[in-house]
Amino acid sequence: MSGISKIVGRGVYVPGNDIDTDRIIPARYLKCVTFDELGPALFYDVRFNEDGTSKNHPLDAPEHQGAEILISDNNFGCGSSREHAPQAIQKFGLQAVIAGSFAEIFHGNCTTLGIPCIVMDKDNREKLVAAVQDSPDAEIIIDLEALQVICSNSIYPMTMKESAREAFLAATFDPLDNLLSATSEIRQIAEKLGYA
Amino acid sequence: MGRNLFQKVWDDHVVRQLDSGQYQVFVALHMIHEVTSPQAFGMLKDKGLKVAYPERTCATVDHIIPTDDQSRPLSDEMAEKMIQVLSDATEESGIEYFAPQSGSQGIVHVVGPELGLTQPGMTICCGDSHTATHGAFGCIALGIGTSQVRDVLASQTLAMDPLKVRRIDVEGELPPGVTAKDVILHIIRLLGVNGGVGYAYEYAGSAIDNMSMEERMTVCNMSIEGGARCGYINPDETTFEYLKGKEKVPAGSDFDEAVERWKSYASDADADYDDIVTIQAADLRPTVTWGVTPAQAITIEERVPSPDEVDGLEKNLITDALDYMQLEADAPIKGTRIDVAFIGSCTNGRLSDFEAVAEVIAGKKVADNVRAIAVPGSEKVDKAARAAGLDKVFAEAGFEWRLPGCSMCLAMNPDKLVGSEICASSSNRNFIGRQGSPTGRTILMSPVMVAAAAIEGRVADAREVFELTGAAS
Repeated sequence: MSGISKIVGRGVYVPGNDIDTDRIIPARYLKCVTFDELGPALFYDVRFNEDGTSKNHPLDAPEHQGAEILISDNNFGCGSSREHAPQAIQKFGLQAVIAGSFAEIFHGNCTTLGIPCIVMDKDNREKLVAAVQDSPDAEIIIDLEALQVICSNSIYPMTMKESAREAFLAATFDPLDNLLSATSEIRQIAEKLGYA
Repeated sequence: MGRNLFQKVWDDHVVRQLDSGQYQVFVALHMIHEVTSPQAFGMLKDKGLKVAYPERTCATVDHIIPTDDQSRPLSDEMAEKMIQVLSDATEESGIEYFAPQSGSQGIVHVVGPELGLTQPGMTICCGDSHTATHGAFGCIALGIGTSQVRDVLASQTLAMDPLKVRRIDVEGELPPGVTAKDVILHIIRLLGVNGGVGYAYEYAGSAIDNMSMEERMTVCNMSIEGGARCGYINPDETTFEYLKGKEKVPAGSDFDEAVERWKSYASDADADYDDIVTIQAADLRPTVTWGVTPAQAITIEERVPSPDEVDGLEKNLITDALDYMQLEADAPIKGTRIDVAFIGSCTNGRLSDFEAVAEVIAGKKVADNVRAIAVPGSEKVDKAARAAGLDKVFAEAGFEWRLPGCSMCLAMNPDKLVGSEICASSSNRNFIGRQGSPTGRTILMSPVMVAAAAIEGRVADAREVFELTGAAS
């Protein structure tokens, strides 16, 4: 596993507060024993009518094809703990999410998968969105070290959870190896609490 | 300065601090189910790892299981496969599995408490956001994603940041017809769907103290709908009385010892909190949602909000929600015609929920325009309800009495809304498309309010329909 200090790519804006994980991935797509096929199901019911025709969602706009950075508003990813939501985002080809704020379980799931959740205030987000909509081909650089988002010669301040930032930079965002390195300490706690 | 329950449980279960700044936390009880856990076993295999503490793990099936015909193989091939993968994985790993027809299957958050697996002072994890339910027993109970399910299977620990604690005091006596569901819907309305981000909610005050364990579970269950990672209630005599004699709870002198240990986890009187909110129980009314988030709620006496009352993004949120719900701004919510009534889920699918409804619907009939289903939360709930004849009361009133499962709460099984049907539901989420149809609509409310809506065919005030003493005029 290598560290993540920069994400570079084009942006796509999916507007709205409180976008829940049922909307990101409807429950019927949770019928799977691996996450491999989830990409096309991302935001399915807001992208397509029941007959499969397009609702012209931003993700399907020709100018946003191949975008790597999802931009949205407040409380993104609320609701269900389904990891299928960030899995679908990642499998779709998106590498980072910029929003006003994030729901907690979703944020944790994204971090473990290596998807940085970037918090940006409303004013700056509006400017970034305007820049993306003016020139969809504009490259966005998310710099985790400098805590800056750069797009079309403008620099926007961003924040992120410090523990997540540390983990991305140190390549420990998937914590499993780290957790497994404390086997004897874990056993001690289990015995002390009467759990083993 | 004393410590609150969160701090005590946290201090006991922290293994160490990680370099990222997060903490490694031991998980006392890990519950798994067929939808978010089978993939984790695949991840373990890929890494050549085994389940570290199978004896601290248990499994059941709830999300995908049909509630009409559970004979195997299930007609839905993928559902059958998911259940089979889980069942095989538990057998291979030595994990206790509460299979259908075992007498103990049910919704994971109903099963844990009723078997006594859930005990005060524990850290509990499950790949389901409503894991907070177990907080009713004084546990720190966290919903986690599948990669974290993998982490817990492999190490019995997870990496997390500590939480702040907000105490929410609900003081006084709840008015007639006002239930635990109305309490939590009110709290979410008051503090918002993201008001709890970064917090654990401690529910306290005399109205909470006076609640039964099942009512407390309803309150804690919806903590996540308010953005809180978990919610809990300090263990007390009500908790210990509930646990006494449960299958997985120690008996005799071991029980007495356990009670002493459990008591020690309760928040100290001089504990510190990051925030305190006080709510007067007397101000509460039966509450229903009108929109597409659980915070978009009003009392049955109020009118649906109008976008004209607010500015900016909030205006769009109200307009969009009203469009989706096909509701008129500034109109009463009472009288809204419904198509479906659903009583069940991890929020309100326990015996006392069905008892409360049976008491008021006996001798009444579900309206002709309404399809009504009652889904017990577990095989034990089903058995106890049948023993008391509740299934017959429901059936005579026109409800279908189903087999246990999550059912129409998230509609991963065949129980779904059709088209833009509108459902009065005792579940926990009114998100767009939540109940199985991309255009389906949900109005959340208490089980007794669902019963009133089912009988009237419209959203109704249970206090009037059932002449509950003290109904407002």
